[in-house]
Amino acid sequence: MDATPSVTHPHGTLDVTRPTANTLCVRLSGQWTIQAALPSTTEVQAQCEAVPGVRRLSFEASDLAAWDSALLTFLLKLKELCDQRQIEFDQEGLPHGVQRLFALATAVSEHEAQHETTRVSFLAWLGQSGLDMAEATRTLLTFLGQVALAFGQFIRGRARLRTVDLRLIVQASGAQALPIVSLISFLVGLILAFMGANQLRQFGAQIYVANLVGLSMAREMGAMMTGIIMAGRTGAAFAAQLGTMEVNQETDALITMGLNPVEFLVVPRMLALMLMVPLLCIYADLVGILGGAVVGVSMLHLGIEQYYQQTLSALHLLDFVVGLIKSSVFGILVALAGCLRGMQCGRSASAVGAAATSAVVTGIVWIIVFDAVLTVMYDILGI
Amino acid sequence: MPLERPQDAHILVHNLTMAYGSLVIQRDLTFGVQRGDIFIIMGGSGCGKSTLLRHLVGLQAPAQGEVFYDGQSLWQVEPAERERMMRRFGVLYQSGALWSSMTLAENIALPLEQYTDLSPSQIDELVSLKLALVGLAGFKDYYPSALSGGMQKRAGLARAMALDPDILFFDEPSAGLDPVSSRRLDDLILELRDSLGATIVMVTHELASILTIGTNSVFLDADTKTMIAQGDPKKLLAESHDPKVRQFLTRGEPHA
Repeated sequence: MDATPSVTHPHGTLDVTRPTANTLCVRLSGQWTIQAALPSTTEVQAQCEAVPGVRRLSFEASDLAAWDSALLTFLLKLKELCDQRQIEFDQEGLPHGVQRLFALATAVSEHEAQHETTRVSFLAWLGQSGLDMAEATRTLLTFLGQVALAFGQFIRGRARLRTVDLRLIVQASGAQALPIVSLISFLVGLILAFMGANQLRQFGAQIYVANLVGLSMAREMGAMMTGIIMAGRTGAAFAAQLGTMEVNQETDALITMGLNPVEFLVVPRMLALMLMVPLLCIYADLVGILGGAVVGVSMLHLGIEQYYQQTLSALHLLDFVVGLIKSSVFGILVALAGCLRGMQCGRSASAVGAAATSAVVTGIVWIIVFDAVLTVMYDILGI
Repeated sequence: MPLERPQDAHILVHNLTMAYGSLVIQRDLTFGVQRGDIFIIMGGSGCGKSTLLRHLVGLQAPAQGEVFYDGQSLWQVEPAERERMMRRFGVLYQSGALWSSMTLAENIALPLEQYTDLSPSQIDELVSLKLALVGLAGFKDYYPSALSGGMQKRAGLARAMALDPDILFFDEPSAGLDPVSSRRLDDLILELRDSLGATIVMVTHELASILTIGTNSVFLDADTKTMIAQGDPKKLLAESHDPKVRQFLTRGEPHA
C-alpha cells in the first residue's frame, strides 16, 4: 500500500479503458473502503452497453491505496453483471487478498438454503388463515383439557408439584402486588367520585357520590382493575417464566423426568391466582371506596360518618359477591393466558418477548369479553 | 446382522421417519443399540441428530416407524406406560437445562422426591453423592445461573443420573467445553458406563470422543435424508468407503 496523504474525504475512483476491441479494463485507484465515497457500477454498466461486443472485463489495481469489504461488494455486483451478459470476469489484475476473498464469497455453499418465495394468492392466504385459526383453537382446547385433567389429579392429591413453588408464586402475585393495586384502586375511586360529584352537585345530591363509588367499585371496577393489573404484572411474568423454561429445554427435562409440565408449572400458578385475585379484589374495593371518601370529605364537605353510613346503606353483601365472582373468573383467565402463551413459546429470546406481550393482550381481551358476558348474565338473573 | 425382531436389541429403532409437519428430516432409520454400548449419533449440522434423540427419549412422536426398548414399543403404548418407561432414561440436554428456579441440590432431589419413598436425609446423601461423582461437591446450594457452562453441564449430568437410569442420553455433552474438560467428561462417561452398567446414547461432533469412547454409531446424512453408515466408528474410519463418512471422520483431510 502506498502512503497516500490523509485526505479529509477518502474516496475511490475508477477509470474504464478499452485496451482491445473486446476487452474492458477497470482501473481502480484511491481508497476503496466502507468509509470512503465510492463510484457505483453504473459507469461500467454504461460502458458495456455503449459499445457492444465486449467479451472480457479485466482489472488494473496498481494505484489502489486501501480496500476492504466495500471493494468486494462492488466486485460481486460487477460479477453478476458479467454473468448476465456472458462477459468473462478476469480477476487477474486484482490484489491477491481480494482474489482469495472473492473466491470464498462466490463459492457455492454445500447446503444452499432453499428459499421458496412463491407469491401466495388471496384464496390460499384465506385458507391458510382459516387452518391456522382452527389449529389455534385446537391447541387452546387441548390446553384446557390438560389443565382440567391436571386439576383432577390435584384434587385427588396425586398431582406432582412443589408446595414451595406455590408459596413463592402466591407471594409474588399476591402480597407483592399490594402497592400497585392500592395506588390504582385509590385513584380509580377518586376519579369516580370526581366525575360523579360534578354531575350530582347540580341536583344537590352530592351524598349519592358514596352510592356511585361504592357500587361501581364493588360490582365492577375493583374486579376489572385488579384483573387488568394482574394481566399486565403476573400474566406477563408467567408467560416469560414458562417461555424461558421452554427455550432452555427445562420443560423437556421435566417431561423426560416423567413430570407433567401442566401439573408442575400451570397448576400452582392457577391456584395462586384463584386464591389471590379475589382477595386483591376485596382489598381494591375498600381502597377505592376510601379514595371516594377522600373526595367526598374534602371537596363536597360531607362528614366522614355521613359518607360511611351512606355507603353502608347503598351496598349489600351481594354486590361484593358479584364482584368476587368476576374477579375469580378473571384470575383464572389471566393464569390461563399467561401459562398458555408461555407453553406455546418458540425457542428464542424474541419468542419469549412475544409470548409475554401475547399473554397480556390475550388476558385483557378475555377479561373484557368475560366481563361483558357476566354482566349480561347478572342482568338476566336480576342480581 | 439384520435387526428384524424387537427383542434382538436393547434399543431398536425400526423404519423410523421423522418430520415436522410435511418437512421430512430423516426417513427409514433402522438400527439397534446393545446393552453397554456407547452409541454415537453423528452427522453434519442440521441433519436431525438432536431430533432423533428427542424421538428416542419420548419427547417427539415419529411420523412413521417405531422405537423399541427391550422389545417394548415406546410409542404404541398408553401415555402412562410411556412415562414409566421414560423414568429409566437419564437425559443431559445441550444447555444443561437445569431448572433455574432451584438450587443444584433441589434439581437433583426433585426426581428422587417424586419417585422414591426415601427420607429427606437419605435424599440429601444421594444428592451429595451424585454431585461428588461429577466433581461438584460443595456446590449444593448454588443456583444454576451462578455456575460456568461446563459446571452446568456436569450438574445436568448429575441430575440425569439421579434415578440411576439404565440408559443415559447426551446431547452434545462436550460442546462449548475446553479440550481438557471435554476429555474429563469422556472419562466420566466411560466410568459411568462401566460402574453403573448403563447404556449410553450420545449426539456429538467431537471426533476425539467419537473415536476413543464410541463402540457403535449411526451416521445421518442431510442430503439423502437417511442413514448412510453404521457400526463401530473406529472401523468406519478404517474401512468405510463412503466419501461423506470419511470426510467427517478425518475432518475433511483427504489423506489422513
